[in-house]
Amino acid sequence: MKILVCISHVPDTTSKINFTDSDTKFDTNGVQFVINPNDEFGLTRAMWFKEKQGASVDVVNVGGPETEPTLRKALAIGADNAIRVNTEATDGLYVAKQLTKVVQDGGYDLVIAGRESIDYNGGMVPGMIAALTGANFVNTCIGLEIEGDTATAIREIDGGKETSTTKLPLVVGGQKGLVEESDLRIPNMRGIMMARKKPLTVIDPVEAGQETKAVQFEKPAPKGDVKLVSPDNIQELIDLLHNEAKAI
Amino acid sequence: MSVLVYTESEGGKFKKSAFEVASYAKEVAAMMGTTVTAVSINGGDSSELGTYGVDKVLEVKGDKLSSFSAKAYADAIKQAAENEGAKVVVVSSTADSKFIAPLLAVNLNAGYASNVVALPESASPFKVKRTAFTNKAFNITEMSTDVKIVGLSNNAFGLKENSGAATAEAFEPSLSDADFAVQVTAVDKATDKVSIADAEIVVSGGRGLKGPENWHMIEDLADVLGAATACSKPVSDMGWRPHGEHVGQTGKPVASNLYIAIGVSGAIQHLAGINASKVKVVINNDAEAPFFKAADYGIVGDAFEVVPKLIEKLKEFKSNNA
Repeated sequence: MKILVCISHVPDTTSKINFTDSDTKFDTNGVQFVINPNDEFGLTRAMWFKEKQGASVDVVNVGGPETEPTLRKALAIGADNAIRVNTEATDGLYVAKQLTKVVQDGGYDLVIAGRESIDYNGGMVPGMIAALTGANFVNTCIGLEIEGDTATAIREIDGGKETSTTKLPLVVGGQKGLVEESDLRIPNMRGIMMARKKPLTVIDPVEAGQETKAVQFEKPAPKGDVKLVSPDNIQELIDLLHNEAKAI
Repeated sequence: MSVLVYTESEGGKFKKSAFEVASYAKEVAAMMGTTVTAVSINGGDSSELGTYGVDKVLEVKGDKLSSFSAKAYADAIKQAAENEGAKVVVVSSTADSKFIAPLLAVNLNAGYASNVVALPESASPFKVKRTAFTNKAFNITEMSTDVKIVGLSNNAFGLKENSGAATAEAFEPSLSDADFAVQVTAVDKATDKVSIADAEIVVSGGRGLKGPENWHMIEDLADVLGAATACSKPVSDMGWRPHGEHVGQTGKPVASNLYIAIGVSGAIQHLAGINASKVKVVINNDAEAPFFKAADYGIVGDAFEVVPKLIEKLKEFKSNNA
């Protein structure tokens, strides 16, 4: 089984979010970048398939040279090969079209991408790859087993979960639950050394329109201070929630 | 060229999100000088949609679509959009709609903007405001595709009643076997509880509650308020509560009207996931807990004393305001 894990290069959750160029560009100054958390769960599940079922695991990112340390980290965790599509990841459909080319050229049986990235939160890429390649698709996937060419997937739904079966090739939108947080791997020294020698192939983008564009950013209005209520005067909280906040 | 809205239902009844996207679509249609057509799949009473501004309902019925299939649903909605010549399609942010929307976007060769929080800033060029950076910012997205899909964030727009009446007509999309290549074999869902996605109010507990045996306080408080229950990441990691209750960046997102956090310190990952809630209340015995900086109202106090009193006072309030 050939697995492709799509890796987004995203600002760490604790990053300060600022914009430059009259609020038209994300300010990367001083920002630490990491593997998108939803992708990390998928990568770890892919490593399980590699170790238990003999799968091969490639990782791919759409981005400039600055994203390579993030791909190297994925190699250090255990992926075999990395591919970088050398273009700016501007919008969901554009990225999905780039990844579709990689999926088709590589003949992957299973593609795992995070249900959304934590920067743009679009939640588009996995579904779009599935639609563009004609593969089956399960979103918000929290459990995945594969036997031969049959997959059993568990999906998180509003208020519960749903199990389904389908055939490969398959694309899943992954998240926590594919593996547990405690199963996530931190690259060790050996992995980091080996990752330096693993292939990282840079390929040119395919021609694709950019018809959805983030043209402007805004930060939320600053929030006022918390109103503290004494634990001896709970009624005040209820009055505030009813009369002021109109929340109850 | 009406605005098409996918109005989701469950068990033959429209979800609240269906009325919200209908309300939104009505105002988009008004901006564009056109009407609203809804597509409903084994949905509820179509006249209910008229109340929220829908002019026409395409009713898709049939056993084939009785269990969810994203591909088949996307195919049905695509055909409805083409039938209507819709240039704008509005969907909600439920798990199912977020599953369908990217497939629909490729099918219709449409641009898709998810997590939209307000009416379009302009119809030409078509610009919408969306959340980004997990609620730490907004981005204005401009779409130049012929057809545009707007994914409206839950609870972002609210319900707006209109005096219209909807006409209903049967709609039979042509579906292929390939549409059913992912087959649902089991659904495990608590039917007696409010889900976090649908809830107006969410009550959430953290490590400060000391153990799963104390969760009756969270459940009792949720019961009084008709709220959903949720928990922080450490609580689900320790197995005190099921993973489905974990809210935060890697868990479920929350966009309720009221979010009450009890014994939750407010790690940045937690706050990222719940920030879209309108009113936030924190109860914590540590005055230095980061949650106090993100909350609107707070009580510095012992949850084991405060929460039972709060439940009692809320019961009084509810009986006086019933």
